[in-house]
Amino acid sequence: MRIGIDVGGTNTDAVLMDGRRVLAEHKTPTTPDVTAGIVAALEGLHGRAGFRVEDVSGVMIGTTHFTNAVVERRRLTPTAAVRLGLPATAALPPMTDWPADLSRALGEHVFLCHGGFEFDGRRIAPLDEDEIRRVAERIGALGIRSVAISSVFSPVNAEMETRAAEIVTETLPGVAVSLSHQIGRVGLLERENATILNACLHELAGHITDALEAAVRGAGIEAPLYISQNDGTLMSVDYCRRYPVATFTSGPTNSMRGAAFLSGETDCVVVDVGGTTTDVGALVHGFPREASLAIQVGGVRTNFRMPDVLSVGLGGGSLVERSQGRLEIGPRSVGYRITEQALIFGGDALTATDLAVAAGLAEIGDPGRVRGLDRDLVEAGVSLIQERLAELVDRVKTSAEPLPVVIVGGGSLLVKEGLAGASRVVKPDHFAVANAIGAAIAQVGGETDRIFSLAELPRERALEAAQREAVDKAVAAGADPDSVQVVDVEEVPLAYLPSNAVRIRVKAVGDLRLGVADAARA
Amino acid sequence: MRLVREEDLDDLARGAAVLGTGGGGNPYIGKLLAQQAIRERGPVTLVAAEEVPDDALVVQSAMMGAPTVMVEKLPAGDEVVRAFEMLQSYLGRRITHTTSGEAGGLNSTIPFVVAARMGIPLVDADGMGRAFPELQMLIPTLDGISCTPMALADEKGNTLILNTIDNHWTERLARSATVDMGCTAMIALYAMTGRQVKESMVLGTLSLGQELGRVIREARDAHRDAIAAVTERLRGRRIFKGRVTGVRRRTEAGFARGSTELEGVEEFAGSRLVVQFQNEHLVAIRDGRVVASVPDLIVLLDSESAEPVTTEEIRYGFRITAVAAPCDPRWRTPGGLALVGPRYFGYDFDYRPVEELNP
Repeated sequence: MRIGIDVGGTNTDAVLMDGRRVLAEHKTPTTPDVTAGIVAALEGLHGRAGFRVEDVSGVMIGTTHFTNAVVERRRLTPTAAVRLGLPATAALPPMTDWPADLSRALGEHVFLCHGGFEFDGRRIAPLDEDEIRRVAERIGALGIRSVAISSVFSPVNAEMETRAAEIVTETLPGVAVSLSHQIGRVGLLERENATILNACLHELAGHITDALEAAVRGAGIEAPLYISQNDGTLMSVDYCRRYPVATFTSGPTNSMRGAAFLSGETDCVVVDVGGTTTDVGALVHGFPREASLAIQVGGVRTNFRMPDVLSVGLGGGSLVERSQGRLEIGPRSVGYRITEQALIFGGDALTATDLAVAAGLAEIGDPGRVRGLDRDLVEAGVSLIQERLAELVDRVKTSAEPLPVVIVGGGSLLVKEGLAGASRVVKPDHFAVANAIGAAIAQVGGETDRIFSLAELPRERALEAAQREAVDKAVAAGADPDSVQVVDVEEVPLAYLPSNAVRIRVKAVGDLRLGVADAARA
Repeated sequence: MRLVREEDLDDLARGAAVLGTGGGGNPYIGKLLAQQAIRERGPVTLVAAEEVPDDALVVQSAMMGAPTVMVEKLPAGDEVVRAFEMLQSYLGRRITHTTSGEAGGLNSTIPFVVAARMGIPLVDADGMGRAFPELQMLIPTLDGISCTPMALADEKGNTLILNTIDNHWTERLARSATVDMGCTAMIALYAMTGRQVKESMVLGTLSLGQELGRVIREARDAHRDAIAAVTERLRGRRIFKGRVTGVRRRTEAGFARGSTELEGVEEFAGSRLVVQFQNEHLVAIRDGRVVASVPDLIVLLDSESAEPVTTEEIRYGFRITAVAAPCDPRWRTPGGLALVGPRYFGYDFDYRPVEELNP
């Protein structure tokens, strides 16, 4: 059996699954102390299902810590951005077009150095090792603990980035280094942005991964621990420590995949109502629809593959307020304190959940405490919530045709039947923990990254070979062969090598063979 | 005459990229460069061609090379002004206006950098009404106007002045130099009088770009069909909707060359579209049949957001709607087709207008 845990901004959800069966679910407020939250989640599951720790074959954790840290500009490591590209690239230095508060949070330490490659492998300028050493010394003097290095055309030739990293590490032992060629693809600004974000999460990644491991091991579970990536596949804890940026938007990916699993719908809109925010995305043929164009994370442009999700500040804990005669619900929220502060739980904050209970949409807490609410207010509030959700559903849909709408998440009780634009509204069993289920049934991926000589092998055959290899690797890693799909193909011509060389990167992804993988591991 | 401000550049870069038909340079980089120049020097004065005196000296400013390279090797910053100043001192006369050579995300925005930094007005026009890959592919060439003297500048500090016997030779020599410079160069060329601008350029292109960008943004914000709005404004046709299944792309002889393959969805389910490009989209072939070709415009838009997608950005899995639209009528003359028709690009078929191919 497997344990899936989703650590959200408001709640930590956990599920225990055996194959396709959900044996137990548990929801607990997210605690500032990561370890305590996971321990509470594991104890909660244990209390419900009484599993033996030896029977657990894997723990899959989805976390929003890293996305939230960037969005909230909290707990970020001061970071130096070093770019090798002079005399080119100076017009748009690193962190161009970043929100000012985020670049300030990182300290605005930007260094432009000579180097980088031309498209054909010539050097724009030789790497000036003394210059890098001087920059490293300056970084050391400033007390900066993490360095992001980018170089022009590093996806084609990573030599200068690698050498610069060696010099930085020699000069400043113990300082973390993120290299752009290991993080992104062609497109300097977007790749560099992702690298800088990765670097500024370095220390947080250390704390979080240590805490997650401590909690799981502390519970006596020896099974492998995995973290969800933004494309719905899993990574090891060690990989997450080095590349925390790979967790971005894994939350919405998990909830959409969880919703698909629970509802059996393949083409639908998924609405995940949390405590503070609601995420809305679409499933197409059972897969989260990906955003095509550049994605902003915390206001920064990147080129990750990510699901196309709209997020708004409306959830179960959203505060209901009247300003200048207008009714407003969210974005302010009581968050995880809902169980103390909402009216129905004995508090004195009027939340979206209180309205839903007063309107008879759900029976939780003490309905007596909201019986006296003004009927007009309750009615207006509930219809405002439905209108805003319907509008989000409409924005996500690509055609005017009504589609099934699957509602998941802890705040699902806010949604009434008969949402505008929905052919039907589905609230599957275990809807409140869809995220954690998405983590537990995470996909496995296979990746190839190889250089082919097109003088020896025609392009079509090279592509076929690379795709077959990626698919085989995904299957070998435990993917169900029928579910494996090629999700990304990238060709980078290597003009500096003879005989028409091209670097082909392929990623294939499939559903974990449920049961089989457990058995194989046991 | 009107002022163009930093906040206008979003619409302009987006709409110009629609006219860029896959090329014309990366709109994001173009927007950032132009915004930076306006932030530092103040808004740019955009003038209509009829406001330009007949004896004005107007020079085009542009980026030359492969957009696939530009997204990695960003400019140093002063190249385009250096090229402009070099040409001015060679001409021995003050250049009174700048304008755009081609419509595109970068090449409609670079002239704003020159206008802001040189403190001169920008003429609302371009030489094509779209983007084409080669220097001679401008309507002024049809009217016998020389693109030299021309200045090129790279990020390393090299500059070059070319004087040639015709515009084809300019393309050949400038292309070789650009490849040596690392496949990107900033250029100043096509010195023209105000009168020549009025007669030989495509007028109002920069405003059209801004309008197209606004049409997309407003339709999207109002949840209307933004792709339909663009198609209507261009008097175009929707020729395909699908998903990208392959992108073949090489930086070759100074261009980004290759093709994009798409698999159809909805009413195009079961169909395949291949779009071949040389910086710009040249030909669209649906199930083996040509459905649009140069000089008509072939525009690929993101199916959800209607954002134009350029050849250096497009990749596996993108959901795309292809729109084809008629070009400036001057391109449909025998002279125009000899310069930019399918046969010039090596295709063995005669041009047929997009309206005829997709009745």
